Amino acid sequence: MGLILLVVIWLITLISTYFFIAKTWWLPAGASAAAAGIDHHFTTTYILMGIVFVAAQISLGALVWIYRDRGSSSGKVDYSHGNTRLEIVWTLLTTVLFVGLNLASSSIWASERFRAAEANSVRVEVTGMQFAWYFRYPGPDGKFAATNPELEDASAGGEAALGLDTKDPASKDDVVTGTMVVPVNREIEVILRAHDVIHSFFIPSMRFKQDAVPGLAIHMHFTAIQTGDYEILCAELCGLGHYKMHGMLKVVSQDEYDKWLAAREAEKQ
Amino acid sequence: MATHDFAAQDSHAHAAPEGFIRKWVFSLDHKVIGLQYYFLALCAVFVGMFLSLLMRIHLIWPTATLPLLGDIKPETYLTLVTMHGTIMVFFVLTTAPQGGFGNYFLPIQIGAPDMAFPVLNMLSFWTTFLGFIVMIAAFFVAGGAPLHGWTGYAPLSAIQSAGPGEGLGADLWIISIAIFCIGALMGALNFITTTLDMRAKGMTMMRMPLTVWAWFVTAILGLLAFGVLLSAGILLLMDRNMGTSFFVPLTTINGQLTGHKGGSPLLWQHLFWFFGHPEVYIAILPAMGMCSQLLSVFSRKPIFGYKAMVYAILAIGFLGFMVWGHHMFMSGMSPYTAFAFSIMTMGIGVPSAIKTFNWLGTLLRGRIRFTSPMLFAIGFVSLFVTGGISGPFLAQPVLDIQLHDTYFVPAHFHLIMGVASIFGIFAATYYWFPKMFGRMMSESLARWHFWFSFIGTYAIFMPMHYLGMAGMPRRYSQMTEVNYLHDLIPLQKFITYAAFITIAGQLIFLVNLFWSMFKGKKASDNPWEATTLEWITATPPPHDNFGGKTPVVRNGPYEYNVPGAPRDYVMQTDPEVEPSH
Repeated sequence: MGLILLVVIWLITLISTYFFIAKTWWLPAGASAAAAGIDHHFTTTYILMGIVFVAAQISLGALVWIYRDRGSSSGKVDYSHGNTRLEIVWTLLTTVLFVGLNLASSSIWASERFRAAEANSVRVEVTGMQFAWYFRYPGPDGKFAATNPELEDASAGGEAALGLDTKDPASKDDVVTGTMVVPVNREIEVILRAHDVIHSFFIPSMRFKQDAVPGLAIHMHFTAIQTGDYEILCAELCGLGHYKMHGMLKVVSQDEYDKWLAAREAEKQ
Repeated sequence: MATHDFAAQDSHAHAAPEGFIRKWVFSLDHKVIGLQYYFLALCAVFVGMFLSLLMRIHLIWPTATLPLLGDIKPETYLTLVTMHGTIMVFFVLTTAPQGGFGNYFLPIQIGAPDMAFPVLNMLSFWTTFLGFIVMIAAFFVAGGAPLHGWTGYAPLSAIQSAGPGEGLGADLWIISIAIFCIGALMGALNFITTTLDMRAKGMTMMRMPLTVWAWFVTAILGLLAFGVLLSAGILLLMDRNMGTSFFVPLTTINGQLTGHKGGSPLLWQHLFWFFGHPEVYIAILPAMGMCSQLLSVFSRKPIFGYKAMVYAILAIGFLGFMVWGHHMFMSGMSPYTAFAFSIMTMGIGVPSAIKTFNWLGTLLRGRIRFTSPMLFAIGFVSLFVTGGISGPFLAQPVLDIQLHDTYFVPAHFHLIMGVASIFGIFAATYYWFPKMFGRMMSESLARWHFWFSFIGTYAIFMPMHYLGMAGMPRRYSQMTEVNYLHDLIPLQKFITYAAFITIAGQLIFLVNLFWSMFKGKKASDNPWEATTLEWITATPPPHDNFGGKTPVVRNGPYEYNVPGAPRDYVMQTDPEVEPSH
């Protein structure tokens, strides 16, 4: 029985580890400025935790086989209540490992979340509602117009869904879209809102996730470094259509972005 | 059987009952109440498992029509998610290890005739039972059971129009949890008082089996955590039905104002996780205690680092209240607090690692007997390591950006607090069944059950890590709307097939349990040659546990292969072998 346990535990360990090393299923390719640092820390954590995982499972398998009851040929059982020095050693080792990992990643977290977006960043307001994402650009005046919940008309979509107050002069150049378009290599300031329940704005390729919470306007930022189309998901359970609360992020060159925005402005006039 | 010393006769708190109702239904005997909790959890676990099977079926065959049940709609899927999680966490993982085994064996292991408050004990079970009935009733009311997940995040859980099932079903869900909290609070008081006041002569705190330590600390966690959840639940009910706005700011559903304003959705999350994270340890600490016990018994060796194990349990209990914010890194909570919660969370990994080292140290130079409880205890260690290793990923906010609310999270918590805890329950069942029912369970059926469960668990949950890394979000009823999820469908299929096989393996356990109850081989008083007090009394134990006497304790709980002793184990009541530790 000891041998079967050893074989099964070792096999499970090797097969599980193989798929991590072979990266058969892995993070989607990163396309934001933050992705490289985050992915690097992923890898560091994987290697360290992988070593712990393999070492612990291999030891477990080996121990149960070596110290199985072999009747009279068994070795003498060690009458020991433990070893204080060993306890201190592995307490310190795990503390150093865990806290060290944490400290190593804290600067990335700080640069993602402690500082505000740069002054010249592109501002996009993202609003989640059951079950769609809307994106609003402030237009040339740089101001988001007021919205009024009483004006909301969800079925009409677009500006009406957000309850844009058209009496506010700033509303004249606000652009509301169902697809998020941003220029490459520019910092994007995202202002996250939700109308009804909590949603979570998740762009896997940008290594970006943040809940959109009713009653809060959460300011975040990211910089896309590669043009292309990227999928946007909702990551927080928001109701029966949660699985289809899907959107697209189009990262384009600054030129294309300017043209696209100008065209949207023109449509509106 | 050696003779055991007993102190002067101690009168039992209540006489042995006569009549079926007093003996088996409204019993005051902690052993009967323990069995009632156990069988309640057994019903609940099969309900919970059935719901998970339906989820797995819907995920890979979304259009399948099931016999009797019909179609599973996307909202039905979320109902399954919600009820599976809630039933498993409350009525299985909290109920079986603590209410079941804790009730039955804590008094016996400390040499007490019963719990400190037998009537309270009976009330706590029947309160829990009522909670379960109310929970199940949610399936059968108009609109069905709620879809807001077991975490019940507001405003989804707080507004009746937020989705199907958010009407009466959601009210019943909250009421059930509130009732459960009341039962759990009564139980926690009883466990704490019993451990502090009812220990037999010589049963010092540092001679208590690690199971007792685990139940004791779990009870303290329960006392501090369930009160908070109860209050939060009452506030949520008021938000839903009385027009208050504790958790709901100004919101619209489908363009219609909900009439709420000024509340904070994050407040619910703080209150919920202030309970929710200690709850994880409420589920796993008893399993840690049981497996520590079994590794020592079946390695025929003292537990490695008894004191370190006790301190680790206390440290986990203490730190467990300081880490709730790691569930909220992406919630909009201040990023500075995320930093603090992250450090504390990494810190709680340290006592968990200490326990793992000590379990391995216990096996080292032992003489391992591969009984069915031992197989599950070894399986527990393996699962605990695997589930634990993914913790440091999720505990770092930077990595949580990608992994939060993906399948990586269910992979992590199912392994470490779900299945590892279930393995603890299985191990405890195989170990204590002879004492509880006077018969042995079938070892060969138990081995089959072990292999199905152990390999099956890995087959189900290891691939979920890969899904999570690839960006598969939790609680998605279908994978059709997101392009990159299409590639992951084969992996989901594999998991569903593995779930079918693993669940089939659980029927072996059910057969073994009921067959052995009536047909199993008669058990002796101490079939495992173990040292703790439940093994000095008759099988099954008499009404007052020790036949009108109170044992006198002279040894620690894990004295195996003591040099010079006549046999390879020394009972806790045997003459003292050496100054303990």
